[in-house]
Amino acid sequence: MSAVTEGALAAGFPSIPCSEECLLRPGNTNCGGCGMSIGLTMLGRALEEAGEACMMAIPACCGAVTAGAFPTTSYGVPVVNTTFASSAAVASGLAAIRDLNGESGQVVCWAGDGGTYDIGMATLSAAAERDEDILYICYDNEIYGNTGGQRSSATPAGARTTTTPSGKREGKKDIVGIMAAHGIPYTATLSIAHPEDFREKLLRAFGIRGMRFLLIHSPCPTGWKSEPGDSVALVRLAVRSGLFPLLEVFDGERWRLNAEPDGSDPAEYFRRQRRFRPDELDLDAIRAACRARHERLRTLAATFPA
Amino acid sequence: MALEVVTGNHAAGYALAVAGEANRGARGAACGIYPITPQTEIVERVAGFPFTKGRVVPVESEHSAMAVSMGASLAGARAFTASSSNGLAYMVENIMTAGFYRLPIVMVAVNRTLGPPWNIWADQGDSLMLRDFPWVQLYCSDNQEVADLTLLAFRLAEDRRILLPVLVCMDAFIVSHTQAETDLPEQERVDRYLPELELPHRMRHDVPRTLGGLIWPDVTTSQRFDVDEAMRRVPAVYQECRDAFRNVFGRDPGGVLEAFRTEDAETVLVASATIATTVRDVIEARRARGERLGLVKMRMYRPFPEGELHRACASARRVGVLDRDYAAGIGGVWGQDVRAAFQGHRDDVLVQDYLLGIGGGDVTAESIDRVLDDLRDRDRAGPASWVDLAVGGAGREEVA
Ligand SMILES: Cc1ncc(C[n+]2csc(CCOP(=O)(O)OP(=O)(O)O)c2C)c(N)n1
Ligand code: SF4
Ligand SMILES: [Mg+2]
Repeated sequence: MSAVTEGALAAGFPSIPCSEECLLRPGNTNCGGCGMSIGLTMLGRALEEAGEACMMAIPACCGAVTAGAFPTTSYGVPVVNTTFASSAAVASGLAAIRDLNGESGQVVCWAGDGGTYDIGMATLSAAAERDEDILYICYDNEIYGNTGGQRSSATPAGARTTTTPSGKREGKKDIVGIMAAHGIPYTATLSIAHPEDFREKLLRAFGIRGMRFLLIHSPCPTGWKSEPGDSVALVRLAVRSGLFPLLEVFDGERWRLNAEPDGSDPAEYFRRQRRFRPDELDLDAIRAACRARHERLRTLAATFPA
Repeated sequence: MALEVVTGNHAAGYALAVAGEANRGARGAACGIYPITPQTEIVERVAGFPFTKGRVVPVESEHSAMAVSMGASLAGARAFTASSSNGLAYMVENIMTAGFYRLPIVMVAVNRTLGPPWNIWADQGDSLMLRDFPWVQLYCSDNQEVADLTLLAFRLAEDRRILLPVLVCMDAFIVSHTQAETDLPEQERVDRYLPELELPHRMRHDVPRTLGGLIWPDVTTSQRFDVDEAMRRVPAVYQECRDAFRNVFGRDPGGVLEAFRTEDAETVLVASATIATTVRDVIEARRARGERLGLVKMRMYRPFPEGELHRACASARRVGVLDRDYAAGIGGVWGQDVRAAFQGHRDDVLVQDYLLGIGGGDVTAESIDRVLDDLRDRDRAGPASWVDLAVGGAGREEVA
């Protein structure tokens, strides 16, 4: 154990495995407070717990830059950087040969919202339709982080980005609905503020064959104009206020809600990010939309339970 | 050996499939496929092949077809695909990626006019737009060449000294849809010709490498230099693959180019694909009238076989280049390469570029005669010359 880790333990922080073997090695180039760093670390731990090997296909996104520059890499697992739209197709090829050779291990796509909701949509949809045996994880930071903060179809209404300088008009695309409509075996949303739920969903996903789609709400202090130390609190607030429901969909048919809003006001979520101007938002409409969304999800989960 | 009457597409689909099957003892084979006229029959044949250890993934686009093939190749399998025209244009980003990842993928391209307006007939503008990518490019004149060069392409691509993808091209319809007697080699011989693939940089769990991350300019320069070194080795390794082909199949798949009656030729035409066949007939006929004419049929376009071209044109004073393609703002694509090959090396040679058969227009013996007459009467080279320009010529004058 390193002196640093010992010091951290003494200070009451949980230990973080920092060997060369972990999925995300220390010393990567992610911004402080990046949700992707936490997501990757949790993915690495779940893989270790399940005893699963993994290979990753990463399209153009912040996660590609995470590796750092050749010949070093921050990834402790085999990674191929794919073209922006292609991760699900490259992963399909990797998975096909894994299966032909009777090998085990997860083929994971680790993609941003741009590579998922936008440019990679057709590729992802086709891989889902073919029910490829891949684990597709979208870390949704609601922006094109890599290119300096442009809007994506995951950017929420009202958010200022460099290409929506006076706030985005349109809301987020319903990616969960889209993926569930493909009838794939498993679709789920994850929050880094709910680590136990996060872990369980990863372990569940590892055990399912076929296309599995996980959506992580991934705070991005750089794009959200928020404090790095606020990242976990923000996405927790998103779950509690009903902005980002935690749910699972099995075979596109059976629904499960994993957390109920606790009455927290979404206004707080918007106030703590300078990409929003709370005075420009119709907060009552947002509150109503959160209530309606949950009502609908509750009905789905009650009518078609998992 | 099995002589069959098949189309060029059938020959290509068969060759791709048996090449994939030949890797069944190793990590198998896979490909992403997407149809486009006139390539469709190729992917249909591949899809219907009973692979022992192979998977054909019918994807939603050419971009993904190449991506699936890349994934399979990265996992160590023999990978391939086929496309044409706008399909190649749509695939471009991943074509480039496969090359710089040094993946020995073989792709058959059926040369078809790029739209708009829609035109499905023969034109090499589609594959030639890929000329600066790290891909070997081969051009076929007939069905037998399609079968042979497709098989050879795998051996060349997978050679440790090369590790570059190979594009095997044929003319739309004239070859792709024309039935001809073709020797389709049986699996057992293909097995002997194509050793099992062991890709040195395949992804494996025990080697946590990150492929294709960020690199700085100095490493980028080295990477390009490595590709260049591999490209330079291609002609010699091709020759080895050709010799091995002869040994296994008892047939010569041909060299990087073929010189026809160039020994004493004063005038040489440089052509490729089916146009070369027509040129050959015309040269034969005009030779009988005492003209010292020769033909260089180009089989390899990338890397450009400059040395071989020089040797074939040793006695030439005039060289005509036949381009079934149009490079906007400069003329023909082959013309540029041939001119560059002579420049500084043989400045006494007049190199004239001719555009003909564009968009699949018929290239007849008369077209070739007009080219040869024009070349004979020239005292200097000019801009690429439009042969058989039917409409628009008058309009051009009006504009002037
Ligand atoms: C074909 C193509 N178009 C554009 C780009 C430029 N580009 C790289 S990453 C990126 C945005 C990525 O956004 P996202 O997927 O949300 O990931 P993030 O950067 O936010 O992590 C863009 C536009 C590219 N690499 N390739
Ligand atoms: S820009 Fe955002 S997503 Fe990208 S590394 Fe920084 S915090 Fe993470
Ligand atoms: Mg993003």
